[in-house]
Amino acid sequence: MIPAIYLEAFVLTLGILLLLVEAFSGKEDKTPLAWMGIAGLGVVFILTFFTANDPTSQAEAAYWGFYQADFKALFFKRFALLTTIVVLIMAIEYKGVVQKYIFGSKPQAGLGEFYALPILTCAGLMWMASAVDFIMIFVSLELVTISFYILVAYMRRNTRSLEAGVKYLILSALSTGFFVYGITWVFGVTGHTNLGQIAAALPHLRAARGALMFGFMLVLVGLGFKIAAAPFQLWVPDVYQGAPTPVTAFLSVGSKAAGFIVLMRVLEVFLSVPWMVRKVTTVIVALAALSLLYGNLAAMPQLNLKRLMAYSSIAHAGYLLIAVACIGEGGGAELAISFYLAGYLLMTLLTFLVMIVVANHSEGDDIHHFNGLSKRSPYLAFGMLVAMASLAGIPLTVGFFGKFLVFYVAYERGQFLLIGLGVITVAAGFYYYLKVVQAMYWREASDKTPIRMAPLTKGTIAALAFCIFLFGVYPAPIMRALEPPPPDTPRMAAR
Amino acid sequence: MLINILIFCPIVAAIAGLLGAPARRTALLASLINLAVALVAVCSYDKGGPAFQFVYEHGILPEWRLSYLVGADGLSLLMILLTAIVTFSAVWVSPPVERLEKQFYACLLFISAGAMGAFASIDLFFFYAFHELALIPTFLLIGIWGSGDRHAAAWKITIYLALGSFVLLLGLIGLYQGVPAALRTFDIRGLQELAASGKIHPASANTIYLLLLVGFGILISLFPFHTWAPRAYAAAPAPAAMLHAGVLKKFGLYGLLRVALPLLPNAARHWTHLLLILLIGNIIYTGLVAISQKRLDMMLGYSSVMHMGYIFLGIATLNTLGLNGAAFLMFAHGLSIAALFAVAGQLRKRTETLAFEDLGGLAKPMPFLGFVFGLAAFASIGLPGFANFASEILVFFGAFKSHLGGGWHFFGFRLATVLALWGVVLSAVYMLRAYRAVFMGEVPSRWNNLPDLKFSLRWPISLLIATLLFAGFFPRVFLAFLAPSVKAATFRETL
Repeated sequence: MIPAIYLEAFVLTLGILLLLVEAFSGKEDKTPLAWMGIAGLGVVFILTFFTANDPTSQAEAAYWGFYQADFKALFFKRFALLTTIVVLIMAIEYKGVVQKYIFGSKPQAGLGEFYALPILTCAGLMWMASAVDFIMIFVSLELVTISFYILVAYMRRNTRSLEAGVKYLILSALSTGFFVYGITWVFGVTGHTNLGQIAAALPHLRAARGALMFGFMLVLVGLGFKIAAAPFQLWVPDVYQGAPTPVTAFLSVGSKAAGFIVLMRVLEVFLSVPWMVRKVTTVIVALAALSLLYGNLAAMPQLNLKRLMAYSSIAHAGYLLIAVACIGEGGGAELAISFYLAGYLLMTLLTFLVMIVVANHSEGDDIHHFNGLSKRSPYLAFGMLVAMASLAGIPLTVGFFGKFLVFYVAYERGQFLLIGLGVITVAAGFYYYLKVVQAMYWREASDKTPIRMAPLTKGTIAALAFCIFLFGVYPAPIMRALEPPPPDTPRMAAR
Repeated sequence: MLINILIFCPIVAAIAGLLGAPARRTALLASLINLAVALVAVCSYDKGGPAFQFVYEHGILPEWRLSYLVGADGLSLLMILLTAIVTFSAVWVSPPVERLEKQFYACLLFISAGAMGAFASIDLFFFYAFHELALIPTFLLIGIWGSGDRHAAAWKITIYLALGSFVLLLGLIGLYQGVPAALRTFDIRGLQELAASGKIHPASANTIYLLLLVGFGILISLFPFHTWAPRAYAAAPAPAAMLHAGVLKKFGLYGLLRVALPLLPNAARHWTHLLLILLIGNIIYTGLVAISQKRLDMMLGYSSVMHMGYIFLGIATLNTLGLNGAAFLMFAHGLSIAALFAVAGQLRKRTETLAFEDLGGLAKPMPFLGFVFGLAAFASIGLPGFANFASEILVFFGAFKSHLGGGWHFFGFRLATVLALWGVVLSAVYMLRAYRAVFMGEVPSRWNNLPDLKFSLRWPISLLIATLLFAGFFPRVFLAFLAPSVKAATFRETL
């Protein structure tokens, strides 16, 4: 058993090592760096299963109360590692495009950092999963965000990528400002930055309730930006479309998951105070409703798949927020959120992976570039079909089980407004996800050349598709990873 | 074990076909195996034994009491038999497919597997999930291989059914949460026991039933939600229309009989009047619309919507006669509409039009098609000798004598029965007019040399007709194992 804190240390070391190797190696081909990264992260992923997760002994005493390695934290660390591994696989497949927009002295100049930076981001995501102190949350959030500043604008001769970079930089900095400002208000009222201590202080709070609320709302704004919830979604479509596709995938999965885990940890504290519950819930219901409507409706007319995925990301933030609005006693909502995110990881990464391969062979990633894919590559078409079916929420896929859990907790907590909106927007979702299926199967391709891909990519697509079905039918492994089953009494019964 | 073969044989065959096995032969073989297995199951079903037999269980989430739990009682056996027969003939009559042949047969097989799974599931979650397995295949079947206005029809059916199924999902979640937390289970048998001992919360029962009625109703094309059906069936390739109208649509009715009535009998009574009004809409309004159709395929689509009204009438009666009639009529209607769509598909292949004004006198060049169409039309009208007659008689007797509570109820049922009987006249009008327009009168010279049905293709249609006749002459063979199950499933002291 190794302490959980080593995991981040390994990942960070790996990232720095790769940067060093990159700097000192004269080798032309940078792809081995990505291979090393994938292998290293794979080893750390395996190590997470041999980690001591004993929240009681580690939470308070160790690391100045900054760090907690409970089941949820470990789950999201694995989540970050898996995402990064797939993102690196995508990056290998995508290197041609990146090279096109970077003219260095050597053909592969600049590619090394493209493989190393995601690993540093991964370390940030992993720290965020364990952070239980506002300072720690802020620092790890910044580690993630700053690496994203670079990654989003990575293709520096591509105006779209630059535009995306500038937009992301400005709006992200603004939201970080809100976040820090909110922290100072909370600190000012309670005198603590540690979530546990804040929770202990809140029940005795008599004065300055308004100030606390104000601070919390500012924190919520900052997090709303990270999870791409409406009305903080303005940056999403342009940044998603402009960024290199692997980075888009990373943003939509990693950044969102990190936002949600912090949101869960923060809400756990603030919802423990009775007088805040109603107000906070109302705000979150409003965010959820807006995200559902905006994301789903705006996705419908999209013609570019990356842009469509951007709006779909907003829509999924909406579904996740339905569950967030139901956080309370029982813990069913947190299970739903984590499960939904796990499913979202699988299906979104699968979509982007297929998209990269297809875009490499079609000079673009508009939906019409997928026309007749069922003929050009039945394999890719089927992979995309699985991803789209799961995103739309068709049963026996992991996406459906996530939606099922979300609706389950919403029904239990009586959030009927959100349920109604959810059902209507799910139908809208069927339209725009199946639009891709329509292009692949109904339409004829203009370009009939068959598509070839690397064996690793092929294997990853198969693995992701398989997991989508596996966890859609047999969700137990994910649920066990989140919370071990109690010895004998059924969990539902215990509530 | 038998049941698992029924569900997984089509899936395995579909995957084998996609991977390169000869698609048509594999599909035929799988559906033949399924037909044989279904017959074995029917013959070896022990009428004196427990309600559900051939039970197989595999735990999925023990703490939710969710498991892959399949088995069959008399009602599900009848539906399984229907699925097996219709699948077999649908695969057999499939015309040669030029484009994406593998995918075509895979789609058919997936629809069949989904229907089998839904009818055989005793677990509420899988009952729901299996049905949705058919959603994407239907979308693809209509969109790729359909005719006429296929794209619009495919979109409409898919989004409509997706919406309906999410409404249904809410109803099922409500049902699951309607019992105290410690007793919650997805096992339909367990839920029945809970319902019998009055554990299902009466306050929420009416809402849940309404959700179920609307959700199932959309899937069945209940009156105001029926507009997806005729266009979709008209545009779908014949085998898809056979499977969807013949088998898949029965899922909703089966769900009402299996889930809604037995678990929420008082709520069922509460909404009887609403159901009566809607079903009269199905019979009279849709019947009149069917009369005004100018094309055979649209007319068949409307006729299939209309006949759902009779089944609803049987369900609304809540008495033995009516419910048995409804269940038996599901079987009979499935066979007759499948035969009609099969003939219509063959006609379309030869003439490439189904507009009445272009056709006429086709019984002369194609005596066999004319003969079987006539038989199927007679069956559909409900002439004695066919299963439809036997079952409609049961429904009408059941409805006429239904007098829940007396007074207005009594009057309502009398009125509904009388109107429904007029519906028989309506269906005679449109069916006979269609027969005259297509098969009687002058043969347009260009149709003079149309070939009749190939000898090998006569078998599947004959199989459907023969089963209809057999069940019409010997309804007791089927009612013997159907009646005890219907009674056990739906008759509690509360009724």
